[in-house]
Amino acid sequence: MAHLTFREAIAAGIAQEMERDETVMLLGEDVAAGGGVFKATQGLLDRFGPGRVWDTPISEQAIVGAAMGGAMTGLRPVAEIMFSDFLATCWDGIANQIAKMRYMTGGQVSLPLVIRCANGGGVHFGAQHSQSAENWPMAIPGLKVVAPSTPADAKGLLAASIRDDDPVVFFEHKWLYGSEGEVPEGDHITPLGQAQVLRSGGDVTLLGLGWTALLAMQAAERLAEEQQMQAEVIDLRCLVPLDACTVLESVERTGRLVTVEENPRPLGWGAEVVSIVMEEGFDWLDAPARRVTTPSVPLPAAPLLEDLARPSVDDIIETALSLIS
Amino acid sequence: MTVETPERAGINVPDREGLYASMFRMRRFEERAYELFLQNHIHGTMHLGLGQEAVAAGVAAALRPDDYSLGTYRGHNHIIARGAPLDRVMAELFGRATGLCKGKGGSMHLTSVDHGAYGSYAIVGAHLPIACGIAWSSKVRGTDQVTVCFFGDGATNIGAFHEALNLAVVWRLPVVFVCENNLYMEFTPIGSVTAVVHPAGDRAPAYSLPSVVVDGNDVEAVYGATAPAVAAARAGEGPALLEMLTYRYSGHSRTDPGAYRPAGELDQWKERDPIAAFRRRLTETRADMDRLERMEADVEREVAEAVESSLNAPQPDPDDLLTDVFASNETRWRT
Repeated sequence: MAHLTFREAIAAGIAQEMERDETVMLLGEDVAAGGGVFKATQGLLDRFGPGRVWDTPISEQAIVGAAMGGAMTGLRPVAEIMFSDFLATCWDGIANQIAKMRYMTGGQVSLPLVIRCANGGGVHFGAQHSQSAENWPMAIPGLKVVAPSTPADAKGLLAASIRDDDPVVFFEHKWLYGSEGEVPEGDHITPLGQAQVLRSGGDVTLLGLGWTALLAMQAAERLAEEQQMQAEVIDLRCLVPLDACTVLESVERTGRLVTVEENPRPLGWGAEVVSIVMEEGFDWLDAPARRVTTPSVPLPAAPLLEDLARPSVDDIIETALSLIS
Repeated sequence: MTVETPERAGINVPDREGLYASMFRMRRFEERAYELFLQNHIHGTMHLGLGQEAVAAGVAAALRPDDYSLGTYRGHNHIIARGAPLDRVMAELFGRATGLCKGKGGSMHLTSVDHGAYGSYAIVGAHLPIACGIAWSSKVRGTDQVTVCFFGDGATNIGAFHEALNLAVVWRLPVVFVCENNLYMEFTPIGSVTAVVHPAGDRAPAYSLPSVVVDGNDVEAVYGATAPAVAAARAGEGPALLEMLTYRYSGHSRTDPGAYRPAGELDQWKERDPIAAFRRRLTETRADMDRLERMEADVEREVAEAVESSLNAPQPDPDDLLTDVFASNETRWRT
């Protein structure tokens, strides 16, 4: 085990795959000489050289286009789009080109590429650098969507995403970059599409992704201490493939579900999970499945307002308690 | 305007009869496809490249089989030029299981990886950055493959065009951008919405990108301009841009009669029809007309067989609806 920050674990995951496979290329704005604006690619240029680590202009369409063309013809590009908000500037390349190419060609091409981006709020950057955009690619057939919550998963899930033969949009919560944890050394892979039960409990299932999985853990600890309520906490890890089985199995035992997401309310990922549970697990529910989300509002810059908008431990506790009457 | 002719460029055009046959093959394919569309055998939409055949034929003749090309939604010519079999192209238009893309792509998304044709793209300009990526791949893998990217004049006013040109120069990529300037951006004359006279050629110098404007109705001129650009890219000398002046005989798409065009313009361009003009030139220069006529007969037979086989081809398997979304067909979006 190595004790790493989340950002070091990201670099470790990329390095592991670049070491293993010479077709893995890194490209993006400031990723080479600058080491990334979040310092998540620090040291990779020195280690692998300019033939593997490529600085690009601020040209998001060119970045994802380059990644796509490279992926179709023998490379495994790892492209950084600095903030997930900027996915909107190259959404055509992602949603219309990358996502659909395998299908439109009847399976003639593969697109083994990863688009990494910093996601989520909590840093008071305002509405154009704070969104949680993981539900955007979830809505597009052909894309996989991954969001780690710990340094170990940052390395393992990123390595698995790079090794995957399908395009993956990989969301790194910017609040997590400085978090620390134990990370397996050597070859470390966390398979995509397998949710992780972070805490067992029989009273309610709390479902999170990335940062909200950690938030749900904090809520579960307080529920146990203050309310003698045992929550089961599941970290989804991936939205596509979505491990609905693990969620349904948990709900069968607890009879209650709270999803915790940073997406704005309408059509956040929790809505999809809840609809699956309603269709396939309705008989197990003792109370309505409920969602904790941000309201449908652009995120404000003022710390007080931003904190108000984003899900909190109190929101989760209040929602969980509302299911018991 | 600089018009490159093969004589001026010192290019010896190989197989002139073959170049003619390549254009004739596109023309007869599209004429038949359009008839079949009107007879309701082909559904959806169709963007015809009738009148523009010299561009695809002349460019493709300058490529090696292992080179890459990317086309547009007006892309029948682009893929036929690379040698894709007409029966599989036609079956794709019919939406049949035997189509190039199993019927999942259709007229606007023709792809034949076996022929180096990496997609036809229906979002205007979106594929120029993708062409950069393919060229980047050749560069880092250390092959000498060249990528050609066909696009229309309308694409030159979209951001992706400019991002791609800049990246191609900065990374010194082996890519040749080929603008088919057919004078109309859908229904609008390109000149009325563009700040420069040559929408692609006049922009290239801003990126230090070598460019030339070419008579796109003269297949030998097209070849003559393309061959040195491809050779330079192959030699590691970087990208180039070619703007081919041409004209589409049909409207933008199947539902557009092209009524916005000034009276007489279409007839003027038809007098410069790339296929008829080249046939006359071949006659005058004593090409092997017996061989040429045999090639024409072969094309007619190939087109007839493509139509016949497509009419009889099986429909897609309903089970194939959900395949090809992900690499492993076992992979579903959820458990």
